[in-house]
Amino acid sequence: MISRRDFLHTSLAIGCTGLGCVALSGCSTLSASIQTGQEKDNTAMSAGRFGLVVDVEKYKKSASFSLIASVCHKAHNIPRIPDDKQAIQWIREADYKACFSEAERQHVGIPSLDVKLPVMCNHCETPACVTVCPTQATFKRPDGIVEMDYHRCIGCRFCMAACPYDARSFNFVDPKPYIDQVTPNYPTRTDGVVEKCNFCVERLTQGLEPLCVEASGGSILFGDLDDPTSEVSQAIVSGTVLTRSEELGVEPGVKYLFREGHNND
Amino acid sequence: MIEKALSGSRKYYAWLAFLLAVIGFGVFAYIRQFNGGLSLTGMSRDVSWGLYISQFTFIVGTAVSGVMIASLCYLRDKKQYLGVVLLGEFLSVAAILVAILFIFVDLGQPTRVLNVMLHPSPQSIMFWDMVTLGGFLVLNIFLGWVKLSAEKKGQEAPSYIKPLTIISVLMVVVIHMVAVGLHMATTFIYPGLSSAEYLFSGAMAIRFVATAFASGAALLILVCMVVAASAQFKVSDKVIQLLAKTSCIAMIIGVIFYILQVNIAFTNDMTSHQASLLNLFVGSGGQSGIAPFMWVAIALAALGILLLLVPGLRRNKNILLMAAIMIVLACWLDKGLASSLGEFMPNSFGQITDYAVPINEIAVICGVYAIGLLVVSVLYKVVFAVVKAPCADSSECIGEQRKDV
Repeated sequence: MISRRDFLHTSLAIGCTGLGCVALSGCSTLSASIQTGQEKDNTAMSAGRFGLVVDVEKYKKSASFSLIASVCHKAHNIPRIPDDKQAIQWIREADYKACFSEAERQHVGIPSLDVKLPVMCNHCETPACVTVCPTQATFKRPDGIVEMDYHRCIGCRFCMAACPYDARSFNFVDPKPYIDQVTPNYPTRTDGVVEKCNFCVERLTQGLEPLCVEASGGSILFGDLDDPTSEVSQAIVSGTVLTRSEELGVEPGVKYLFREGHNND
Repeated sequence: MIEKALSGSRKYYAWLAFLLAVIGFGVFAYIRQFNGGLSLTGMSRDVSWGLYISQFTFIVGTAVSGVMIASLCYLRDKKQYLGVVLLGEFLSVAAILVAILFIFVDLGQPTRVLNVMLHPSPQSIMFWDMVTLGGFLVLNIFLGWVKLSAEKKGQEAPSYIKPLTIISVLMVVVIHMVAVGLHMATTFIYPGLSSAEYLFSGAMAIRFVATAFASGAALLILVCMVVAASAQFKVSDKVIQLLAKTSCIAMIIGVIFYILQVNIAFTNDMTSHQASLLNLFVGSGGQSGIAPFMWVAIALAALGILLLLVPGLRRNKNILLMAAIMIVLACWLDKGLASSLGEFMPNSFGQITDYAVPINEIAVICGVYAIGLLVVSVLYKVVFAVVKAPCADSSECIGEQRKDV
């Protein structure tokens, strides 16, 4: 299991390498922590690249966004900020039409659809937020997850300006007074740092799927996009898939599946 | 030499006291923001950068462009242009300080600012911003101070000043590139952008640099005229006219590329850019309070260009002063006010979020500008006390030099 301690080791190692000093010891710490992570726990989920597939038809029929959002918010100590403009959102819902351009909607043969889709961090293959971060507080893990170090973030919000999906939120106030009940398994944040969806990395290490997947009634799938036999890869080839703002070339890891034979609403 | 800043007239002290009062007000507002978080600003999840960053983009371009023109003049004639290059250099010192402070007050976790150096990230444009601005600040303090020391001793400036001045000029180019990169990070870093988008960002880059030169030259004209009137410090009229011409040409280029940008957005049917422009100039859903300011900016730019373009008009000192104010104001409205809104609105879901600026945020902005004015006042005081004869021919100069300033 990659514990919090190991995670910090890894972050420290990345920092050391970045500094350019004690480069060798930094690298050895990194590899050591990855090795111990593998040895300790065989149940942890691993992947070449984690990805998420929303089965739009099924989601419309059977999923409840309020349930999905509430389990996510509770587990990650997401505050209930009264001012909606400054609220923290790891996952939100958006109209089908707001998510995809007309050309994209034509491509799947569904010009309009009365559904609000779940949107969250896309964990891009080439994440703009990672490129612009001046402290590497946002970084991409080898398994494709774009993760954050809340203790290194200086709150410059460059990542928010760069993210084409508005997936990031900033703690404009101290979030702690706005958390109903603190879940001790996950850290609370301070004011002045950015945060976003982390694909539930803390659950993946225990071999558990992300909470939104678990709460979706089977309409959101999760797994290794690099493995052609995985459930997500199988699902992708079973229909037409859209990703948001595909033209930017950042290759989002969150995909929206439209099964074949779907009739227009 | 700094001791010369400590003795001055009653007016000078009153000016410093006023600036210190404004700074005190700004510091108080910043402490409130430090304790209460950035919720005390008008920024939000959708408008994640606001007036602080737009002040930064305005002031960086303006500050470095003015000194670049002055430095190029100085390289041609060291005697004649000493006065204006010193004014330009110390103006840029104060302005870069202001720019850095605007970044600082914008941070959510200012106590962690050194993480930028602890974890240097060369792939991030902000890292290079810090390096180039820091370097330019140090270089200009050094260049200004060495020239002043030499002048005080009645010596020629040391020979290494020339290559360092050339480096300073080159650094301005780099700073512009970095500033453009920072300004447009959202368009430059995506690998799959269409050609229309690239054309759009190219037009924007040129507009960005052109207006920086327009406002930089105009600001330096203002500074020269103000010191000529208040401190009776002579600046060659030739250089003022050169600055006026530069400002005019740069502003025309800037306006042409703005028109091109609007043209690209509408002929290529780039709906998101159209929406941004419409939000700025028309206001979407009756929400935007910025549209009137944008039209004022257009009027100011047009009138400013006209006044600077006609030689007979720009040689009149009062008209030149008016024109310079118009150009600076038009560029400030475009960059310092509108750029933060134009870039984020609407968001990726097509929504428009209002950005209402609370008084606390304005107080911090005033405080930061006051710090810049304080620094520039003190530095200029030293310059006025040391430099006695910046002009070869006094008939070419604005104002009469007084021995005891």
